[in-house]
Amino acid sequence: MGWIEDWGLSVATFLPLVGAIALLFIPPAQERAIKLTGTIVAGVALVVGILVAIAFDYGNAGALQFEVSAEWIPQIDANYHIGVDGISLPMVVLSLLVTFLCMIYLWWHIPEPGKPKAFMALVLLLETGMTGTFVALDLVLFFIFWEIVLVPMYFMIGIWGGPRREYASVKFFLYTLFGSIFMLLSFLALRFSAGTFDMVELASQGIDASTVFQNLVFAGLFLGFAVKVPMWPFHTWLPDAHTEAPTVGSVLLAAIMLKMGTYGFIRIAIPILPDAAVTWAPVIGILAVIAIIYGALCCLAQTDLKRMIAFSSVGHMGFVMLGIATLTDEGINGAIFGMVAHGLITGMLFFLAGSIHERYHTREIGALGGMLQQIPRFGSLLTYTAIASLGLPGLAGFWGEMLALLGSYEPNAQLNQTLFRVLMVGGGIGTVLTAGYFLWMLQRVNLGRVPEKYRESRGIFDVVSLEWIAWVPLLILILVTGIYPKLVLGVTDDAVQKLLGVFG
Amino acid sequence: MQLLAQALSQPGVDWHALSPELVLTGAAFIVLVADLFLPRTARWLAMPLAAAGIFGTLAAVVSLIGSERRTLGGAFEIDDFALLFKGLFCVIGLIVLAISYNYIRSGRYYQGEFYFLMLCSLLGGVVMSSARELITIFIALELISIPAIIMVGMRKSDAKSNEGALKFFLFSVLSSAVMLYGMSLIYGATGETQVDAIRRSISSGDEPLVVLSVFFVVVGFAFKISAVPFHFWAPDTYEGAPSPVAAFLSTASKIGGFVGLLVLMFRAFPEVADNWRPAMAVLAVLTMTVGNLIALRQQHVIRLLAYSGIAQSGYVLVTLALIDPGTGEAAVEANAAAFSAAVIYLAIYAVMDLGAFAAAVAFARRGGSYFLADYNGLWRRSPVLATLMAGFLLSLAGAPPMAGAWAKLFVFLAAVQAQVYWLAVVMGVNAVIAAWYYLAVVRRMFLVAPDITEPVEVPYLLRAAMGIAALALFVAFIYPRVITDLAERSLL
Repeated sequence: MGWIEDWGLSVATFLPLVGAIALLFIPPAQERAIKLTGTIVAGVALVVGILVAIAFDYGNAGALQFEVSAEWIPQIDANYHIGVDGISLPMVVLSLLVTFLCMIYLWWHIPEPGKPKAFMALVLLLETGMTGTFVALDLVLFFIFWEIVLVPMYFMIGIWGGPRREYASVKFFLYTLFGSIFMLLSFLALRFSAGTFDMVELASQGIDASTVFQNLVFAGLFLGFAVKVPMWPFHTWLPDAHTEAPTVGSVLLAAIMLKMGTYGFIRIAIPILPDAAVTWAPVIGILAVIAIIYGALCCLAQTDLKRMIAFSSVGHMGFVMLGIATLTDEGINGAIFGMVAHGLITGMLFFLAGSIHERYHTREIGALGGMLQQIPRFGSLLTYTAIASLGLPGLAGFWGEMLALLGSYEPNAQLNQTLFRVLMVGGGIGTVLTAGYFLWMLQRVNLGRVPEKYRESRGIFDVVSLEWIAWVPLLILILVTGIYPKLVLGVTDDAVQKLLGVFG
Repeated sequence: MQLLAQALSQPGVDWHALSPELVLTGAAFIVLVADLFLPRTARWLAMPLAAAGIFGTLAAVVSLIGSERRTLGGAFEIDDFALLFKGLFCVIGLIVLAISYNYIRSGRYYQGEFYFLMLCSLLGGVVMSSARELITIFIALELISIPAIIMVGMRKSDAKSNEGALKFFLFSVLSSAVMLYGMSLIYGATGETQVDAIRRSISSGDEPLVVLSVFFVVVGFAFKISAVPFHFWAPDTYEGAPSPVAAFLSTASKIGGFVGLLVLMFRAFPEVADNWRPAMAVLAVLTMTVGNLIALRQQHVIRLLAYSGIAQSGYVLVTLALIDPGTGEAAVEANAAAFSAAVIYLAIYAVMDLGAFAAAVAFARRGGSYFLADYNGLWRRSPVLATLMAGFLLSLAGAPPMAGAWAKLFVFLAAVQAQVYWLAVVMGVNAVIAAWYYLAVVRRMFLVAPDITEPVEVPYLLRAAMGIAALALFVAFIYPRVITDLAERSLL
């Protein structure tokens, strides 16, 4: 298995791109061949990703493994430097898994106007961008992967999206582009103050520059990452993009693309600029708690199921950011766990919301009802996932929130303890509100009587086999990581410990 | 015979160094003369003849790779910079020929004359790449412009074409006069016309006369590269001109101007850079901002590309606003980065802009028009054409996975390296504004339903041109060394 060592990550990253190009040359009439190609390519990428995960040395999860470094653009010292450690491995596997499941879901349903070839090519292009972002160890490489996801997601929302798709897609594109310009500016500023684009070198040698400079550079990074997360008040693109995107687009956005932002904080901003991170942590923490409470309140006000799930993402990502802001072992481990859990759970919720729309042709919470009577298996899945999302112990959603709150009880020694305890209380209130809106949603959608107009309808059917295939891995993982959180925390902890070494 | 041998062996003339120009001149005359003798039905042969001439020129360029030569008393220099741009001009020429062929053949044009004029204008660019002396630079610039004026006016019965040609002519003459005045002042102040000699003689003092003359020269070039506020001719001229000519103007003619400007600014006038750099920064900011803002409102694709081209000039001008007269290591490195960024930008810009023009022409000739409203739903009618067009536009916007992303990134990088952060920020904000109108076209093509469903037939030559351009942009995106290595070698 020697090739996995050298080529595993590159194959997992670039195979989808090759697949996307290959798809372009299949005539559009051959839908079956197109779907097969897309699924097989994503499947092979996933298998390679799993092989990497198997070959990964868990005893040494703090160190970068499968490192590859090759000259890329010598004129600016940008290298093709990739690798994974305990922090990025879960994200890499998650993106490969979710993309593959999306491909399976696409067999069941491709929204109007069809065109599986274009859709699958875009999903594959997106996969390259997402996976690449999590393995890149060079700032230029990271930036390129980061930007690659823009175009396919724009088209995915814009072509296959809901009624307000044009607005949502442009807003998504411009908002993210705007943020990433400042991120790029900070990358370049780092390059010229420390002389390298290499994240590992930057983190180990530190930045020898004035405090003001460091804080400004952090501000640029913050803008780029915060838009992507998205943190309040940069979140306004998210409800539109998530709501209008086709099911698969929402799943990919929620499950993986949002994590690119939080991952950026953990991988780049904190280790390279630890002093500025301490300065900025209270700001991040406060914004995170605002996001938690604001997201929950918005959820209570939503009538559209998908929009409600979108706003719930704002709150959940708030917990992740709160965990990061504590700069503690618990907090950051919790943040990574929260990223994985949110990927599994909210990805699943968006799948369910999409499938509800396919059955009822509406997502209005008020118009639905009695799902447990009419389609009991589907209704149970909704209950299960919603309860996981609200953070019931024993399911995945719990640990991320719990660890984030635990971290804020005893934040990093350089941070203000009182402030973070207040934030902890705020976050705690948020969990109550979260439970509130999810249970209320379940009450309206799952319980009660089946509305008159759906009673006779033949279009309302229970979970079909393709849906089972696409969903079972997520459902199992939600349970397994909930019962046995060490599955994730055991991988991440060493790397987080090493990361926190920068705080002395 | 003896006389000829004597002429050829005259000291100081390196015929090999001049071979690209000689081949191209020969090709131009062959095209012109062949047109006289060809029967009417065979006049289309002018295009293959012209293409063969450009390939011959390219071969001559290739034969010179690796050599450093100076001839004509130092006015004419062969180095990697010159060869890179000669090669680029040849590539531009070939793509424009591909765009022109069906357009010129099916319209009522004089094919022989058209290709003759185009080769002459191209010759100007090829000469410009090697020109290292004021008079040569001036002649090269005029050689680019004057045939182009005639080409713009070739749609004789169309009032817009006439208007465009006249505007272009007046602005061109005016700018030439201003530039020539500036050049004469430089000669008066320094007694030199060669760029290196000028630099040596102005390094001693920073005379007001020199600074004044530099401004005149810059204003002259600003017209040629359509920098704001000297851009007014460009949109009307592009719209009125036959579209392949607009493509030629926005690439070959503009890049020709930039080559001259780069040579002068980096090699002749850096010593007084402190005096003109702020003005250059203002010019850059104005050019990109105004170009982008006006482009937001365009409804005609050629006008849109004209204004987008103005904004793109602004990004290149940023590199000129970064020149540091210092001789320290940091300054030299920053200058090199700025220069490379300009070279990379121009090369990538040429390919993506021509690609966009080719797609616009392909659409307009077969079942469409130049109005953006008619682009609605193009993806359903002709997925390949729409995808290529979107690729070129997104590349112009600087979005991956196309090389346009690198073009912007390198200029950005140069600005940060020179620690001129504010220009980088202005440029970044402009990139976001620009994304809006490029996306607006993409939106029409992909997101809006078509009014008609009839597919668009694209001629094979155009398909090949667009395919090769798109492939080149994609390859350069994945492996940017194909262009950065060349740019690194071509430092002046």
